Amino acid sequence: MELTKLKTRLKTAARGHKLLKDKQDELMRRFIELVRKNNELRKNVEEELINAYKDFLLAASPQSSEFLEEALMFPTKKTYLEVTTQNVMSVLVPKMTFSHESSGAGIFPYGFTNTEGGVDRALTTLCDILPKLLELGEVEKTCNLMTEEIEKTRRRVNALEYMTIPQLKETIKYIKMKLDENERSNLVRLLKVKTMIQR
Amino acid sequence: MITMPKIGVVGDKDSVLAFKAFGLSVFPAVASDSEASRKIVDKLAREDYGIIFVTEQIAETITETIDRYDRCVLPAIILIPGSTGSLGIGLARIRRNVEKAVGMNILDSF
Repeated sequence: MELTKLKTRLKTAARGHKLLKDKQDELMRRFIELVRKNNELRKNVEEELINAYKDFLLAASPQSSEFLEEALMFPTKKTYLEVTTQNVMSVLVPKMTFSHESSGAGIFPYGFTNTEGGVDRALTTLCDILPKLLELGEVEKTCNLMTEEIEKTRRRVNALEYMTIPQLKETIKYIKMKLDENERSNLVRLLKVKTMIQR
Repeated sequence: MITMPKIGVVGDKDSVLAFKAFGLSVFPAVASDSEASRKIVDKLAREDYGIIFVTEQIAETITETIDRYDRCVLPAIILIPGSTGSLGIGLARIRRNVEKAVGMNILDSF
Protein backbone atom coordinates (compact mmCIF):
# COMPACT_ATOMS: atom_id res chain seq x y z
CA MET A 1 0.00 0.00 0.00
CA GLU A 2 2.54 2.51 1.21
CA LEU A 3 4.87 1.35 -1.51
CA THR A 4 2.48 2.26 -4.31
CA LYS A 5 1.89 5.62 -2.74
CA LEU A 6 5.58 6.27 -2.52
CA LYS A 7 6.10 5.17 -6.08
CA THR A 8 3.55 7.67 -7.35
CA ARG A 9 5.17 10.36 -5.25
CA LEU A 10 8.53 9.55 -6.72
CA LYS A 11 7.11 9.75 -10.19
CA THR A 12 5.57 13.15 -9.47
CA ALA A 13 8.77 14.39 -7.93
CA ALA A 14 10.81 13.28 -10.92
CA ARG A 15 8.40 14.95 -13.28
CA GLY A 16 8.37 18.12 -11.24
CA HIS A 17 12.11 18.10 -11.18
CA LYS A 18 12.32 17.80 -14.91
CA LEU A 19 9.87 20.61 -15.47
CA LEU A 20 11.57 22.90 -12.99
CA LYS A 21 14.93 22.13 -14.48
CA ASP A 22 13.62 23.11 -17.88
CA LYS A 23 12.23 26.30 -16.44
CA GLN A 24 15.52 27.08 -14.80
CA ASP A 25 17.44 26.55 -18.01
CA GLU A 26 15.14 28.78 -19.98
CA LEU A 27 15.15 31.47 -17.31
CA MET A 28 18.89 31.37 -17.23
CA ARG A 29 19.14 31.73 -20.98
CA ARG A 30 16.92 34.76 -20.99
CA PHE A 31 18.57 36.21 -17.95
CA ILE A 32 22.03 36.03 -19.41
CA GLU A 33 20.87 37.66 -22.59
CA LEU A 34 19.17 40.39 -20.66
CA VAL A 35 21.89 41.00 -18.18
CA ARG A 36 24.46 41.48 -20.93
CA LYS A 37 22.20 44.08 -22.46
CA ASN A 38 21.74 45.63 -19.05
CA ASN A 39 25.45 45.85 -18.47
CA GLU A 40 26.15 47.45 -21.78
CA LEU A 41 23.25 49.83 -21.56
CA ARG A 42 24.24 50.95 -18.12
CA LYS A 43 27.83 51.63 -19.03
CA ASN A 44 26.65 53.53 -22.03
CA VAL A 45 24.07 55.58 -20.19
CA GLU A 46 26.36 56.41 -17.31
CA GLU A 47 29.00 57.68 -19.61
CA GLU A 48 26.65 59.85 -21.59
CA LEU A 49 24.88 61.08 -18.54
CA ILE A 50 28.09 62.20 -16.94
CA ASN A 51 28.97 64.07 -20.09
CA ALA A 52 25.60 65.73 -20.10
CA TYR A 53 26.02 66.72 -16.47
CA LYS A 54 29.36 68.24 -17.22
CA ASP A 55 27.86 70.31 -19.99
CA PHE A 56 24.99 71.31 -17.87
CA LEU A 57 26.98 72.29 -14.84
CA LEU A 58 29.51 74.14 -16.88
CA ALA A 59 26.81 76.04 -18.64
CA ALA A 60 24.91 76.67 -15.49
CA SER A 61 27.80 77.89 -13.44
CA PRO A 62 27.81 81.51 -14.66
CA GLN A 63 24.21 81.92 -13.68
CA SER A 64 22.70 81.92 -10.28
CA SER A 65 20.93 78.72 -9.40
CA GLU A 66 17.64 80.49 -8.71
CA PHE A 67 17.74 81.87 -12.16
CA LEU A 68 18.27 78.53 -13.78
CA GLU A 69 15.63 76.96 -11.67
CA GLU A 70 13.26 79.59 -12.83
CA ALA A 71 14.17 78.94 -16.43
CA LEU A 72 13.38 75.27 -16.05
CA MET A 73 10.35 75.81 -13.90
CA PHE A 74 7.70 75.13 -16.49
CA PRO A 75 8.66 72.25 -18.73
CA THR A 76 7.26 72.23 -22.24
CA LYS A 77 7.74 68.56 -22.48
CA LYS A 78 5.88 65.93 -20.62
CA THR A 79 7.01 62.36 -20.36
CA TYR A 80 4.37 59.78 -19.88
CA LEU A 81 4.98 56.34 -18.65
CA GLU A 82 2.73 53.41 -19.18
CA VAL A 83 3.33 50.19 -17.37
CA THR A 84 1.79 46.86 -18.09
CA THR A 85 2.90 43.69 -16.47
CA GLN A 86 4.04 40.84 -18.58
CA ASN A 87 4.51 37.26 -17.63
CA VAL A 88 7.85 35.85 -18.63
CA MET A 89 8.27 32.28 -17.42
CA SER A 90 6.01 32.95 -14.47
CA VAL A 91 7.96 36.05 -13.53
CA LEU A 92 5.89 39.17 -13.55
CA VAL A 93 7.92 41.83 -15.22
CA PRO A 94 6.93 45.38 -15.96
CA LYS A 95 6.68 46.37 -19.57
CA MET A 96 7.09 50.06 -19.91
CA THR A 97 6.18 52.27 -22.76
CA PHE A 98 6.94 55.93 -22.87
CA SER A 99 5.48 58.77 -24.69
CA HIS A 100 6.65 62.31 -24.86
CA GLU A 101 4.45 65.22 -25.35
CA SER A 102 5.85 68.57 -26.16
CA SER A 103 3.78 71.65 -26.53
CA GLY A 104 5.24 72.99 -29.71
CA ALA A 105 8.09 75.05 -28.37
CA GLY A 106 10.74 72.34 -28.67
CA ILE A 107 12.54 71.00 -25.68
CA PHE A 108 13.61 74.33 -24.25
CA PRO A 109 11.24 75.72 -21.69
CA TYR A 110 12.88 79.13 -21.59
CA GLY A 111 13.70 82.04 -23.76
CA PHE A 112 17.12 82.16 -25.31
CA THR A 113 18.02 85.62 -24.11
CA ASN A 114 18.90 84.86 -20.57
CA THR A 115 20.49 81.45 -20.71
CA GLU A 116 23.78 80.16 -21.94
CA GLY A 117 24.03 78.15 -25.12
CA GLY A 118 25.61 75.34 -23.16
CA VAL A 119 22.39 74.74 -21.33
CA ASP A 120 20.67 74.12 -24.64
CA ARG A 121 23.33 71.65 -25.62
CA ALA A 122 23.14 69.84 -22.33
CA LEU A 123 19.40 69.57 -22.54
CA THR A 124 19.58 68.25 -26.07
CA THR A 125 21.96 65.49 -25.03
CA LEU A 126 19.89 64.71 -22.01
CA CYS A 127 16.83 64.50 -24.19
CA ASP A 128 18.61 61.94 -26.35
CA ILE A 129 19.64 59.93 -23.34
CA LEU A 130 16.23 59.88 -21.77
CA PRO A 131 14.73 57.03 -23.81
CA LYS A 132 17.84 54.98 -23.10
CA LEU A 133 17.60 55.78 -19.46
CA LEU A 134 14.02 54.64 -19.38
CA GLU A 135 14.88 51.48 -21.26
CA LEU A 136 17.59 50.85 -18.73
CA GLY A 137 14.96 51.14 -16.06
CA GLU A 138 12.86 48.44 -17.63
CA VAL A 139 15.74 46.09 -18.34
CA GLU A 140 17.30 46.49 -14.96
CA LYS A 141 14.09 45.90 -13.11
CA THR A 142 13.40 42.80 -15.18
CA CYS A 143 16.87 41.52 -14.39
CA ASN A 144 16.31 42.09 -10.72
CA LEU A 145 13.06 40.22 -10.69
CA MET A 146 14.48 37.40 -12.75
CA THR A 147 17.37 37.01 -10.36
CA GLU A 148 14.96 36.39 -7.53
CA GLU A 149 13.02 33.88 -9.58
CA ILE A 150 16.10 32.03 -10.73
CA GLU A 151 17.32 31.74 -7.19
CA LYS A 152 13.99 30.39 -6.06
CA THR A 153 13.78 27.91 -8.91
CA ARG A 154 17.31 26.75 -8.36
CA ARG A 155 16.59 26.10 -4.73
CA ARG A 156 13.54 24.06 -5.63
CA VAL A 157 15.39 22.06 -8.25
CA ASN A 158 18.17 21.31 -5.82
CA ALA A 159 15.78 20.38 -3.05
CA LEU A 160 14.05 17.92 -5.35
CA GLU A 161 17.24 16.59 -6.84
CA TYR A 162 19.27 16.12 -3.71
CA MET A 163 16.67 15.71 -0.99
CA THR A 164 13.24 14.57 -2.02
CA ILE A 165 14.08 12.16 -4.79
CA PRO A 166 16.94 10.31 -3.04
CA GLN A 167 14.90 10.06 0.14
CA LEU A 168 11.95 8.61 -1.68
CA LYS A 169 14.19 6.15 -3.46
CA GLU A 170 15.73 5.14 -0.17
CA THR A 171 12.38 4.48 1.44
CA ILE A 172 11.14 2.53 -1.53
CA LYS A 173 14.23 0.39 -1.45
CA TYR A 174 13.81 -0.22 2.25
CA ILE A 175 10.21 -1.30 1.90
CA LYS A 176 11.01 -3.53 -1.01
CA MET A 177 13.76 -5.20 0.92
CA LYS A 178 11.49 -5.72 3.87
CA LEU A 179 8.82 -7.26 1.65
CA ASP A 180 11.33 -9.55 -0.02
CA GLU A 181 12.60 -10.57 3.36
CA ASN A 182 9.08 -11.39 4.46
CA GLU A 183 8.50 -13.45 1.43
CA ARG A 184 11.70 -15.39 1.89
CA SER A 185 10.95 -16.15 5.49
CA ASN A 186 7.50 -17.25 4.48
CA LEU A 187 8.94 -19.58 1.90
CA VAL A 188 11.38 -21.07 4.34
CA ARG A 189 8.59 -21.60 6.83
CA LEU A 190 6.53 -23.40 4.23
CA LEU A 191 9.43 -25.63 3.30
CA LYS A 192 10.02 -26.44 6.91
CA VAL A 193 6.36 -27.29 7.45
CA LYS A 194 6.40 -29.49 4.40
CA THR A 195 9.35 -31.51 5.61
CA MET A 196 7.76 -31.80 9.03
CA ILE A 197 4.57 -33.20 7.54
CA GLN A 198 6.45 -35.63 5.33
CA ARG A 199 8.34 -37.09 8.18
CA MET B 1 -3.44 45.93 -15.34
CA ILE B 2 -2.72 49.30 -16.78
CA THR B 3 -1.71 52.12 -14.55
CA MET B 4 -0.48 55.55 -15.35
CA PRO B 5 2.54 55.88 -13.14
CA LYS B 6 4.86 58.78 -12.92
CA ILE B 7 8.60 59.09 -13.11
CA GLY B 8 10.50 60.60 -10.22
CA VAL B 9 14.07 61.71 -9.82
CA VAL B 10 15.73 61.89 -6.45
CA GLY B 11 19.14 63.42 -6.09
CA ASP B 12 21.16 66.43 -5.17
CA LYS B 13 20.05 69.66 -6.65
CA ASP B 14 22.67 69.98 -9.33
CA SER B 15 22.05 66.53 -10.70
CA VAL B 16 18.31 66.58 -10.85
CA LEU B 17 17.63 70.07 -12.07
CA ALA B 18 18.19 69.17 -15.68
CA PHE B 19 15.57 66.42 -15.56
CA LYS B 20 12.98 68.95 -14.71
CA ALA B 21 12.99 70.18 -18.26
CA PHE B 22 11.48 66.90 -19.41
CA GLY B 23 8.54 66.99 -17.13
CA LEU B 24 9.84 64.46 -14.64
CA SER B 25 9.03 65.05 -11.02
CA VAL B 26 12.14 66.14 -9.25
CA PHE B 27 12.84 65.71 -5.56
CA PRO B 28 15.98 67.28 -4.22
CA ALA B 29 17.70 65.36 -1.45
CA VAL B 30 21.00 65.62 0.30
CA ALA B 31 23.37 62.72 0.77
CA SER B 32 24.08 63.64 4.37
CA ASP B 33 20.48 63.23 5.43
CA SER B 34 19.67 59.60 4.73
CA GLU B 35 16.51 59.67 6.81
CA ALA B 36 14.97 62.32 4.59
CA SER B 37 16.03 60.53 1.40
CA ARG B 38 14.51 57.33 2.66
CA LYS B 39 11.26 59.08 3.37
CA ILE B 40 11.18 60.57 -0.09
CA VAL B 41 11.73 57.20 -1.77
CA ASP B 42 9.12 55.51 0.39
CA LYS B 43 6.66 58.24 -0.32
CA LEU B 44 7.21 58.00 -4.06
CA ALA B 45 6.80 54.24 -3.94
CA ARG B 46 3.48 54.64 -2.21
CA GLU B 47 2.29 57.16 -4.74
CA ASP B 48 2.51 54.85 -7.76
CA TYR B 49 5.70 56.10 -9.23
CA GLY B 50 6.73 53.66 -11.94
CA ILE B 51 10.36 54.53 -12.13
CA ILE B 52 12.36 56.32 -9.52
CA PHE B 53 15.78 57.46 -10.57
CA VAL B 54 18.07 57.86 -7.60
CA THR B 55 21.55 59.26 -7.86
CA GLU B 56 24.24 56.94 -6.61
CA GLN B 57 25.37 59.46 -4.04
CA ILE B 58 21.98 59.30 -2.38
CA ALA B 59 21.48 55.60 -2.98
CA GLU B 60 24.69 54.84 -1.15
CA THR B 61 23.12 56.04 2.07
CA ILE B 62 19.85 54.17 1.73
CA THR B 63 20.83 50.79 0.29
CA GLU B 64 18.43 48.90 2.54
CA THR B 65 15.43 50.81 1.29
CA ILE B 66 16.43 50.24 -2.30
CA ASP B 67 17.03 46.54 -1.79
CA ARG B 68 13.60 46.28 -0.29
CA TYR B 69 11.96 47.42 -3.51
CA ASP B 70 13.96 44.95 -5.60
CA ARG B 71 11.35 42.31 -4.99
CA CYS B 72 8.35 44.35 -6.07
CA VAL B 73 7.33 44.73 -9.67
CA LEU B 74 6.89 48.44 -9.19
CA PRO B 75 8.49 50.84 -8.58
CA ALA B 76 11.70 50.25 -10.44
CA ILE B 77 14.42 52.07 -8.61
CA ILE B 78 17.22 52.87 -10.98
CA LEU B 79 20.52 54.30 -9.93
CA ILE B 80 22.01 57.02 -12.04
CA PRO B 81 25.32 58.71 -11.61
CA GLY B 82 25.13 62.05 -9.88
CA SER B 83 26.71 65.26 -11.03
CA THR B 84 29.93 64.38 -9.28
CA GLY B 85 30.39 61.24 -11.32
CA SER B 86 29.60 57.56 -11.11
CA LEU B 87 30.44 55.57 -8.04
CA GLY B 88 30.02 52.25 -9.83
CA ILE B 89 27.23 51.13 -7.54
CA GLY B 90 24.86 50.55 -10.44
CA LEU B 91 27.31 48.28 -12.21
CA ALA B 92 28.09 46.53 -8.96
CA ARG B 93 24.42 45.79 -8.53
CA ILE B 94 24.24 44.14 -11.95
CA ARG B 95 27.27 42.09 -11.09
CA ARG B 96 25.70 41.07 -7.82
CA ASN B 97 22.56 39.98 -9.64
CA VAL B 98 24.58 37.83 -11.99
CA GLU B 99 26.47 36.24 -9.16
CA LYS B 100 23.27 35.53 -7.33
CA ALA B 101 21.58 33.96 -10.33
CA VAL B 102 24.41 32.12 -11.99
CA GLY B 103 26.67 31.50 -9.05
CA MET B 104 29.65 33.19 -10.59
CA ASN B 105 30.49 36.32 -12.44
CA ILE B 106 30.28 35.74 -16.16
CA LEU B 107 30.20 39.30 -17.39
CA ASP B 108 33.86 40.16 -17.13
CA SER B 109 35.06 37.17 -19.04
CA PHE B 110 33.41 38.30 -22.24
